Amino acid sequence: MEHEAHNPALLHHFADAQQQKNAASLGMWLFLVTEIMFFGGMFCAYLVYRLAHFNAFAAGSQQLSIWLGATNTAVLIISSVTVVLAVKAAEAGKRKVLVGYLVVTVLLGMTFLVIKGFEYREKFEKHHVPGATFKFTDTFDDNGKQIPVNPKEAELFFSLYFAMTGMHALHMIIGCGLFSVLAVLAWKGHYTPGYFTPIENAGLYWHLVDIIWIYLFPLLYLISRHS
Amino acid sequence: MAEHEEHTTHSQGFYIAIGVGLLIGTITTVGAAFVNLGPFNPVIALLIATIKATVVVLFFMHVKGASEKLTGAVVVSGFFFLAILLSLSLADYLTRSWR
Amino acid sequence: MASTVIPANRAPAPTPKLNYLNNGHTLKSWLLTTDHKRIAILYLISVTVFFFLGGFFAMLIRLELLTPQGDLMQADTYNKVFTMHGMIMVFFFLIPVVPAVLGNFLVPIMIGAKDLAFPRINLLSWYLYIIGGILISHVMLTGGVDTGWTFYTPFSTEYTNTKIVEAGLAVFIAGFSSIFTGLNFIVTIHRMRAPGLTWDRLPLFIWSNYATSLVMVLGTPVVAITIVLVAVERLFHLGIFDPRLGGDPLLFQHLFWFYSHPAVYIMILPSMGVVSELIACFARKRVFGYKFVALSSVAIAVFGFLVWAHHMFVAGISLYAAMIFSFLSFSVGVPSAVKVFNWTATLYKGSISYATPMLYAFGFIGLFTMGGLTGLMLATIGIDVHVTDTYFVVAHFHYVMVGGVLMGYLGGLHFWWPKMTGRMYPEAWAKLSALLVFVGFNLTFFPQFILGYVGMPRRYWQYPPEFQALNVLSTAGASILAAGYLLPMIYFVWSLRYGKIADANPWAAAGLEWKTTSPPPTFNFDETPVVTWEAYNYDEIPAWERRAPVAR
Repeated sequence: MEHEAHNPALLHHFADAQQQKNAASLGMWLFLVTEIMFFGGMFCAYLVYRLAHFNAFAAGSQQLSIWLGATNTAVLIISSVTVVLAVKAAEAGKRKVLVGYLVVTVLLGMTFLVIKGFEYREKFEKHHVPGATFKFTDTFDDNGKQIPVNPKEAELFFSLYFAMTGMHALHMIIGCGLFSVLAVLAWKGHYTPGYFTPIENAGLYWHLVDIIWIYLFPLLYLISRHS
Repeated sequence: MAEHEEHTTHSQGFYIAIGVGLLIGTITTVGAAFVNLGPFNPVIALLIATIKATVVVLFFMHVKGASEKLTGAVVVSGFFFLAILLSLSLADYLTRSWR
Repeated sequence: MASTVIPANRAPAPTPKLNYLNNGHTLKSWLLTTDHKRIAILYLISVTVFFFLGGFFAMLIRLELLTPQGDLMQADTYNKVFTMHGMIMVFFFLIPVVPAVLGNFLVPIMIGAKDLAFPRINLLSWYLYIIGGILISHVMLTGGVDTGWTFYTPFSTEYTNTKIVEAGLAVFIAGFSSIFTGLNFIVTIHRMRAPGLTWDRLPLFIWSNYATSLVMVLGTPVVAITIVLVAVERLFHLGIFDPRLGGDPLLFQHLFWFYSHPAVYIMILPSMGVVSELIACFARKRVFGYKFVALSSVAIAVFGFLVWAHHMFVAGISLYAAMIFSFLSFSVGVPSAVKVFNWTATLYKGSISYATPMLYAFGFIGLFTMGGLTGLMLATIGIDVHVTDTYFVVAHFHYVMVGGVLMGYLGGLHFWWPKMTGRMYPEAWAKLSALLVFVGFNLTFFPQFILGYVGMPRRYWQYPPEFQALNVLSTAGASILAAGYLLPMIYFVWSLRYGKIADANPWAAAGLEWKTTSPPPTFNFDETPVVTWEAYNYDEIPAWERRAPVAR
């Protein structure tokens, strides 16, 4: 086993750095597939229940703030751009630029969470949090016609809303934590053009969390808004 | 033993352009929601969402031009099995009221 | 390289080379190891503990069912006993056993690699398993869970007072152990094969573990989110499955079985891979129809995702969905049958010998076929309506899980024991145990087919007196089966100190694992092999290497 000069990040059970990078990348993608299936269960529940209780879902959706939701969508899209640019900076060996983009990504992620926090607080104040305190007296505004809905079914909508956005927010928090750690390591010079796999793979994770929100936004916020 | 992977990164401008495209897609989705398209509202919304997701996968996640075709297969299989979960569950729910 | 015969009254000579077992003796070198072989041994010890724990609960079930009345325990307690039996056996034994023990040990060696792709994640997998195991043990000690291992709603979300959230957390964490193992295997098999080892030269054990890993990665997350939703409904009243809110308890069942049906393929596929290896070695022939057997593993993995609602035929799904799932369930039997036919064809004109691993392989083929055929019966809606939730179903799944998975595991454990430990097990005792297992198993579970057919429901703690004779037979069989499982515990441990020292290839078998020492060195090979031969090249194994396997 020759020990020619190699990247100190190369692990010994791999034949070469390219094999290690390919393995890490495939591993990350497989993990993302598990995340797709994990959220997929909740999307299945959403699909089934929206078909069964459309009016209540529409009424519930109309109680969400489109503007906060859209802003959050924009925030995440911008953060995905900063992630891609961070990877680009890592590949080019630009340490300070890399750290900069990572920090901005974390800040954008925290912006998302703060906005989410405002939304949740509003839901709490309007008694739309499922459980003993739940109260729903709004109607489904169908092109001006006010259709009353079963408040229990609206509670089902909000149960899904909190479950799905809550799980998504948890993944955002993990992502912010991950990028914070990577920013510190990047500042210390751990990543070179020869080795920046963790940045790439964390980026993949972040993009997937963005994609999940890309679907959550229209499904939760945009049911029957045309009135 | 080529260390070099064919270039996975486009220019900074390219990525920003994609980002702007995604933002435009978001505005379009919101705008379309305010128009009464009947049963097509959710269809349009999901179509735009899928286009956005595809763009993120292909360009931000570097699946387009990846040296390994396996990556694309992995992505497709993830969504394929999700589609199985959704469609076969629907096979039950949509037919419950049939005689 | 003849094996040395050690007289029983002399201390065996120490294995001369540095190997993975003696490379570091401290507890820390074991508990912080990243060597896939050591991790396999850690798993071996832990799954065995859980197997006997699950077996203990099985013993309680069979003791209670000796008499028609409920006399050994309360009905509520009985619910907890069969639940713990199921949860422990499914999540802490059957799902991990072959991949985490045999797969972890063999996958890198069989493909000529130094380790799995992610050795630290492999260690993490084991720790997650242990943490899940500690949690489920705590649940067991503080009152258990009584919903059945299937924890259907609304009983699990609302009406039971037992520790659902903690048990769910245990299963959730063990599920991640499974996901990481599968992820590791997929990346390893794709990225780390030795030069020359193309996909069509891979041992079928690798193909099976690959297919299993696909199921682990795609299916387990769905049961994970299902558990989360149940926990969230219990803790925060987010009533996703609550019918009072317009929810559907059947949605829980759809999501649960979307994983739990493919889960049974996680259990059986690796054992099928073992059987392929055993049949080839003990018939000294290439596996007939190699490509078909390899692809049938992948087909089972994919088709296995299309059939889940056959567990729900009488639950309230639409008749049309039931028909679709019934048809799909028939089709998933086809690739399994392909394997059985190909194994049989492999035996034809083979040079067959009957060492213990082969006995288990024969047992597998017969018992898995019976289990599989009764599965087809259950896939037939007309029959299922009558026998669902009876002992017929219980017998069916024990035939495939115990007669199938467990026999494959035991066969593999015996076959690869010399490779893993450098010692041979005592053949005569092993044959006796195999016989006890086979006889005991059939005596335990065949009567249950009859019981189910004549109407004895499952999960009942008392039954009409006319069913007692068959129940007594079943319990008697269980005692014999228990003896058959205890004996290997004893003689395997015995063999570690007193067993014959094994050489690199005591079975004269094909496969890269037999080209390295027994036990292997820490990095598996002194030099990375370059593969230029097809799998199961028994016709090319040099004559001087051929000698009679242990017993004819």
